[in-house]
Amino acid sequence: MKKPDPTRRKILHRALAFGALAALPGCDYENPQNPDLADDVLHMMSWFNDRMQQALFDPHTLAPTFSADQITQPPRFNAFYDISQAPIVDPASYKLELGGQIQDKSPWTLGKLRTLPQESQITRLICVEGWRVIGQWSGVRLGDFLRRIGADTTCRYVSFKCADGYYSSIDMESALHPQTILALDFLGAPLTPAFGAPVRLRIPTKLGFKNPKSLTYLGVSNIYSGGYWEDQGYNWFSGS
Amino acid sequence: MPETTKRARPRKIHPLPLRIMHWLNALAIVMMIGSGWQIYDASPLFNFTFPTLITIGGWLGAGIAWHLAFMWLLMANGLAYLIWGASTGHFRRKLWPLSPSAVLQDFRRAFTLRLHHQRGVYNAVQKLLYAGVILAGIAVVISGLAIWKPVQLWFFCDLCGGYFAARYVHFTAMAVIVAFFAIHVLLVLLVPKTLPSMITGGKMPEPQP
Repeated sequence: MKKPDPTRRKILHRALAFGALAALPGCDYENPQNPDLADDVLHMMSWFNDRMQQALFDPHTLAPTFSADQITQPPRFNAFYDISQAPIVDPASYKLELGGQIQDKSPWTLGKLRTLPQESQITRLICVEGWRVIGQWSGVRLGDFLRRIGADTTCRYVSFKCADGYYSSIDMESALHPQTILALDFLGAPLTPAFGAPVRLRIPTKLGFKNPKSLTYLGVSNIYSGGYWEDQGYNWFSGS
Repeated sequence: MPETTKRARPRKIHPLPLRIMHWLNALAIVMMIGSGWQIYDASPLFNFTFPTLITIGGWLGAGIAWHLAFMWLLMANGLAYLIWGASTGHFRRKLWPLSPSAVLQDFRRAFTLRLHHQRGVYNAVQKLLYAGVILAGIAVVISGLAIWKPVQLWFFCDLCGGYFAARYVHFTAMAVIVAFFAIHVLLVLLVPKTLPSMITGGKMPEPQP
């Protein structure tokens, strides 16, 4: 067998990888601080896709729900770190801090969150990678919570910070969707660290990475704050 | 119409709108398939992944970004092609009639090297390939929209048999398009005189006496 000529392979690689777009070089989003032309094109299109998804979003369209026997067992862990690194938050001393355009910014304990009406759902979580799992979550409707704390729901964004350093933000329309909840329970029991204890966002109208876990902060604002993956190139809206 | 104007402007094999749409589609398809393979690799449906060498983007985030950028070109251009092809009679003239017996006959002729290529006229096998790739193009867009928006565009998702099945439909339609692409490029290499006319438009040969 003849060994492939490395220079020819390299040329083939380039021709295939960039095709007619020879003017748009490079491994994309490689260096977010120094965007090249390809990055600028992709950013512009991602912004356009955010607008298109906002236009496509119907607040009355519900994500499909499933029966208990369709729940994925065992549940699938996923994060940007190994399961052993999942943050341990003491539920007794836990507080959800509030910020931004909110009238009553006093922090919420877990006990207080449990006094609010609880909403249960069996929905599908679709990962940006393509796989999907079905799970049961229950907790407080985010829309109810935002009204309860006197949040200005005319603001554009609701942002989240997490105990593991993760952060994300969503549009207000999706935040007020009836299936968007601050989940406290998963599969009928309080959330475990790997699955976002003690409080996580569960939003079945968006991809999995828009469901931040172990929330420590919730903010309401008109200022875009991006997200952990969004800042690296994932589309911000990422609606399903 | 006077005879002279007919002589002055001979009919092109490929009209200008078709040529523009052809090359825009070629660009969109290459970008969509290369970035699609990158996305596939993040969560493979089968027991293989595509080598990084032939994927576009370098990592999942960029693969998705390219895919969701070029899908608009693919869809807008594809829609323009369908409207143009139906309204100008292009589909009716080029792809009709198409019967299984004609396909079989032309296959037999091709394998015995007795199939003549007449520029501007498609034989039954070509008709089948072009009609097939148009249908695969429609399937790839519908299943793609189903995967992108399984909640908001739930009707496309239902049409594909749900989100999970839509990924397989999307993959299959891609495979059909790649197979067409391979045959298409191979035939152009075997009959290179067909290439310039897709750029310049070419000249329709005079009808044989």
